[in-house]
Amino acid sequence: MPQMNMVQAINDALKFEMRRDDRVVVLGEDVGKVGGVFRVTQGLFDEFGDDRVIDTPLSEGGIIGAAIGMALYGLVPVPEIQFADFIFPAYDQIVSELAKYRYRSGGEYGAKLVIRTPVGGGIRGGHYHSQSPEAQFIHVAGLKVVCPSNPADAKGLLLASIRDPDPVLFFEPKRIYRAAKGDVPDGEYTVPLGKANVVRHGQGLTVVVWGAMLYEALEAANQASSQGVDCEVIDLRTLWPLDIDTVIESVKKTGRAVIVHEAPKSCGLGAELVALINEKAFLHLEAPPVRVTGWDTPFPYTLENEYLPLSHRILPALLETARY
Amino acid sequence: MSTMTFSAARSQGGSSVDQNGEGHAASAVARHPEDTGASDVVKVLRDDGTLDPVNDPKLSSDDTVALYRAMLKVRLLDERLVTLQRQGRIGFHIGSLGEEATILGSAYATRPQDWLFPCYREFGAALWRGMPLQRYVDNMFGNSNDPAKGRQMPDHYCYKKAHFTSVSSPIGTQITQAVGFAWAAKIKKDDLACLVYFGEGATSSSEFHNAMNFAGVFKTPVVFLCRNNGWAISVPCERQTASPTFAVKGIAYGIPSLRVDGNDLFAVIKVTRDAIARAARGEGATLIEAMTYRLSGHSTSDDPKAYRPDATLDPWRRLDPLARLRRHVDRLVGWSEAKDKDIEAEIESELKSAIAVAEKTPAPTLDSLFEDVFAETPWHLREQCAALKAGPRAKGH
Repeated sequence: MPQMNMVQAINDALKFEMRRDDRVVVLGEDVGKVGGVFRVTQGLFDEFGDDRVIDTPLSEGGIIGAAIGMALYGLVPVPEIQFADFIFPAYDQIVSELAKYRYRSGGEYGAKLVIRTPVGGGIRGGHYHSQSPEAQFIHVAGLKVVCPSNPADAKGLLLASIRDPDPVLFFEPKRIYRAAKGDVPDGEYTVPLGKANVVRHGQGLTVVVWGAMLYEALEAANQASSQGVDCEVIDLRTLWPLDIDTVIESVKKTGRAVIVHEAPKSCGLGAELVALINEKAFLHLEAPPVRVTGWDTPFPYTLENEYLPLSHRILPALLETARY
Repeated sequence: MSTMTFSAARSQGGSSVDQNGEGHAASAVARHPEDTGASDVVKVLRDDGTLDPVNDPKLSSDDTVALYRAMLKVRLLDERLVTLQRQGRIGFHIGSLGEEATILGSAYATRPQDWLFPCYREFGAALWRGMPLQRYVDNMFGNSNDPAKGRQMPDHYCYKKAHFTSVSSPIGTQITQAVGFAWAAKIKKDDLACLVYFGEGATSSSEFHNAMNFAGVFKTPVVFLCRNNGWAISVPCERQTASPTFAVKGIAYGIPSLRVDGNDLFAVIKVTRDAIARAARGEGATLIEAMTYRLSGHSTSDDPKAYRPDATLDPWRRLDPLARLRRHVDRLVGWSEAKDKDIEAEIESELKSAIAVAEKTPAPTLDSLFEDVFAETPWHLREQCAALKAGPRAKGH
């Protein structure tokens, strides 16, 4: 089984699916000849040509609006937004059109896209190359939101996303684009949407996390373990609709929950997870569920590592929650 | 297609349109729809009901009469739906009073394989292309037979069989989608064009820019039909742009553009047909500015008296597209008040029975509220649906 990083695995998934299904097209800024600013689409232009791997004008609203039209026609567009921070010119098309097209047309039409976009901090990118806007899409009825944490999941989740009938926001944690490496199966396989992955089994406390922060959570869990706290770590993988059964089953077992995400704290996905845990596992709780997150500030440049919920901030939360 | 092609269209001057345009200062005239007499504006239908042979699209008598009938039907529907709204039987209507020639003429010019991306005043185009009146009326009532299953307000319908996509309220979003659709067809070497409708207000949106720019770069087979009806709710068209016309905006995107008398059915057919033919030849998009006038308020929720004295409508009432076409039809086949009355009675009874059926059709089910959000209803929506059903019922549906 070949070793790949995230970039290679996503590239492999795109190539595999474009060979299998000629309806799949890739479009976006710099995705063609140069292969994307992170090189995720490298080689696709040479293999599939400029009808299927399209360098577009610099306009996110244009990319997504046109991609919706392509999807209505029957293509399966996989547009790239160069950074999630730049997705907002397309927000109207995503929330008012893409998310609602099937619903508002009584099922007569559907607009299916997979919007790939690098997300999150940790690359010294400052405010406009670091944000995690997942909650702003989860709050919109009709969108699925996915965020892989490793190369094998990235490929399997992307293939599942492209084949899923619903529009998908596919957030790629750029901090681990090249840092996360692992075995990636050759050829065909999918990782089903809506299924979390229990990455570390434990009895004392449930950590819910996704994307790049998984590794920080695992680091903190290992340190907590040496202090007698036995953590279960759940990689959510699909952020919405999330795998409620896996989360609730774990919290019922451990009675304690810590949620970790890079996005700002207030009204983040962590808030929804806390609410769901309270609604569905209240009588099992031994401690209040806790969030370790980015601050409710714009994403900073110099103090990036003070903003991110890295292991040094996760560990105290684990210990306090475990000993509450 | 260049605007030069149609310069001859002005040669039949002397109409009331021309006279009407003459009193205005140049800058205001140049971008005001009252300037339908300007030399670059394509016109075919003369005031006396004869046609200028230069751009005559040469319709059969049957088609001409059918279009007159369709325009009359749309006019009567508008009137009737406003009444229903005032009676509280439907919640809303957004109509096309005065814009019927732009809407019917452009729809007539499309081929069966073409696709229409509507704004929200084009129910006449949907009916022309085969949407049953019953489905439209069901949408007005938001009942369980509504194509949108009661999920959108009235006049937000869709009809796939007619290649008519889904109406939404955000301004301009459909313009970019039409470009993408046409682009996909071009990639797949499918012989079709997209006709996308929008008002002159939408030319101020980023979507218009995005769409025109993409269409120019990728030469997509799209016909941009800007219905310049003079008003974006209460804001007059001269507040939307400092450009001399809306059509001129095409130049910046490398897209040929022209102005047409939007109250002249034959001129609209001619320019739309030419633009579709151009798209079909692989020559890309065309921007058409159809100069017409919104004779009603923006919608039933609007009170135009607050911003527009009724007298400003007078010149436009004289240019009523239906009255102009009727003069032609009279010349063509001999028309009479009695024939109008027959058509009115026929349409009235058709409409009456559609309304009766729509009113008797039950509201959408509670389940339908949660369906179609996702292809398969996920756990959280199943839970919420169960919670809704277990709780008390609301009034008013």
